[in-house]
Amino acid sequence: MADTAPIAWTRKDLIGIEPLSRPEIELILDTAPQFVAVSARVSGIRKVPLLQGRLVVNWFYEPSTRTRTSFELAAKRLSADTLSISASTSSLVKGESLHDTLANIEAMRSDVIVIRHKYAGSAQILATRHESHIINAGDGRHEHPTQALLDALTMRDKIRERRGDATASLDGVRVAIIGDISHSRVARSNVWCLTKLGARVTLCGPSTLMPPEIGRMGVDVTTDLGEAIADADVIYALRIQLERQQRCLFPSLREYIRMFRIDRESIKVAPEHAFIMHPGPINRDIELSAELADGKRSVILEQVTNGVAVRMAIMHLLVNSGVEN
Amino acid sequence: MSLVIKNGHLIEPRAGLSEPMDVLVERGRVRSLGKHLDGDEVLDARGCIVCPGLVDLHVHFREPGYETKETIETGSRAAAWGGFTSVVTMPNTAPAIDNAGMVEFTYRRAREVACIKVLPAACATKGREGREMTEMAELKAVGAVAVTDDGSDIASSWVMRRVLEYGAMCGLKYLAHCEDASLSEDGVMNEGYHSTRLGLPGRPKAMEEIMIDRNIRLAELARAPIHIQHVTTAGGIEIIRRAKDRGLPVTCETAPHYWMLTDDAVSGFGTNAKMNPPLREAVDVEAIRAALADGTIDCIATDHAPHTITEKDVEFQIAPFGIVGLETALALTITGLVEPGILSIERAVELLTSAPAGILDLKAGEIRDGGKADITVFDPAAEWIVDPAKFQSMSRNTPFAGYTLRGRVRATLCDGVLVHNEIGGDA
Repeated sequence: MADTAPIAWTRKDLIGIEPLSRPEIELILDTAPQFVAVSARVSGIRKVPLLQGRLVVNWFYEPSTRTRTSFELAAKRLSADTLSISASTSSLVKGESLHDTLANIEAMRSDVIVIRHKYAGSAQILATRHESHIINAGDGRHEHPTQALLDALTMRDKIRERRGDATASLDGVRVAIIGDISHSRVARSNVWCLTKLGARVTLCGPSTLMPPEIGRMGVDVTTDLGEAIADADVIYALRIQLERQQRCLFPSLREYIRMFRIDRESIKVAPEHAFIMHPGPINRDIELSAELADGKRSVILEQVTNGVAVRMAIMHLLVNSGVEN
Repeated sequence: MSLVIKNGHLIEPRAGLSEPMDVLVERGRVRSLGKHLDGDEVLDARGCIVCPGLVDLHVHFREPGYETKETIETGSRAAAWGGFTSVVTMPNTAPAIDNAGMVEFTYRRAREVACIKVLPAACATKGREGREMTEMAELKAVGAVAVTDDGSDIASSWVMRRVLEYGAMCGLKYLAHCEDASLSEDGVMNEGYHSTRLGLPGRPKAMEEIMIDRNIRLAELARAPIHIQHVTTAGGIEIIRRAKDRGLPVTCETAPHYWMLTDDAVSGFGTNAKMNPPLREAVDVEAIRAALADGTIDCIATDHAPHTITEKDVEFQIAPFGIVGLETALALTITGLVEPGILSIERAVELLTSAPAGILDLKAGEIRDGGKADITVFDPAAEWIVDPAKFQSMSRNTPFAGYTLRGRVRATLCDGVLVHNEIGGDA
């Protein structure tokens, strides 16, 4: 079903963007549009039988509505059986180890494990030990690869649309990511993904929320919002968490808003064509004004739509590329 | 019954000896050193170096309280296998070694089950809580060899000052684990590029350096000597170097993993790369090697910190800190420092024997006529592959599994008894 793919998919798991090559990322992005089409079918039969008879387990140790729903829908639209395990119903509370829990799930024959966990590296340590295809749905501050892929797909769509060029890439596209970079797996995965695709990334946020030596990941770093977005094609706002204030990472939301909110005033310095993205859930009027979130420049809901398609593409590639699990 | 260690090359750092020489052992003591000695039994040390039994100022034997990780019995077997005949045990057991009874317990267990000399360090504060000091005069009287709250620092400068003053009066040196815990929120690795990349909370080098500096200043104020444990950073070494230049009685140790590995080893989230202080960066590894060569670092210690497979086989952020070290220390010293020409073999032996013994005035780390026959025989050229399944230690938590190392202990004598022997009986 995959169209003119330059390379074949050879990985058992999707753990992060860091280890992927540009052709691998492009393979995923090029596989996704057909699944966007599945979800958009006018017939209303939004389903293909690519994972029929397979079991996809959504294993979420952290609360999540958006990502979890997206994965569940993706699995269902591929005709897979789905099972959800959440922190409150899992045996983690009974002291069972991550490996033991997965071994038990696998004993019931699982094909794909989608895991969200608060600790970095969880998906990776499971992938090296277990046979199921592991998809990392967010591990601590480390990576959130499917988010980065759906973001890249959305950016590429918009760039192609704007340029009227159906083959345009992200080469040279300028992306400003604004907010709490330190605690953000979305930022890390996006940095890997976008830089591998040739985009130029600028990170911007309070100095207290900028992790050390992140520049070595191939990005520019600034604490000046105006500078960050002055030539941006994409303005990507991250969610700021109020709790960080109690840990002395910034003084108040009021001051955060003053310095880093994307709103009608602050966006004036950005090019008019720059569009706005956010991984959700949005703190309206804190990192992003409600007006802009709902405005014409926002592609936030397209991100969500693409999320299902990208996750379908990934599950399809992992399960149907002939890599033994 | 006498035993002669024949055909070996003797390195005796205190006497400054490095030459082919036989050692005759009788009734637990060294009878004579010389050429062509004879005895009832012969240990053929051809191709080997014969040196004082190794001394480790920093091990965790976990007894009492954590006997699933290690015991005094298994820890001492690991020590003997690694060539160590005297080890200083850290008091962060459960309960902690913070009173005379617990020190006596350690000595009693050692008499019952240990094949080498187990020398307890006691807590400096009751329950390692950093508030009230322990009864150090009594601890000294029952044989504690040092005081330390190892595992953590003493946060209060007031308490640290008084501990140093009082300890000096009692003749107990403080072994300082230097760490400003307030500078990290659940940090699990060195703070730097790799912690950023891996999304793991960091422990900045300043955490260690701030407290090395503070503790040295407090020792100066208290007119007390101090020993800095497990130094890992270039900045920390610089602070210690300056203190020594000023003539302060400061000594320090480092551990093999700090010259063998960098924080890049955390990639892959393997928990055997998790220890405290954490693995640092290439610039620090270089500084550690240089400081071992120039004498700023006084001795090598292992910080042997056993944990069970179950405890370590978890997400990186919740795994306990620490790795085992007794069975690989000598080989890592030879492979990492002697082979590349950073240290002479003589200096390497000194850093593992007379130098640590001297820091705590232990009756160890030397081979002399009439002295206790604590002797290690090792083949500096022998290659072997680290296989944790073969460890004498109860635990397997080493980042060096599968490494091919050079330098293998062939025999260890403690008080004249062969507590480890790969050479066999009569040659």
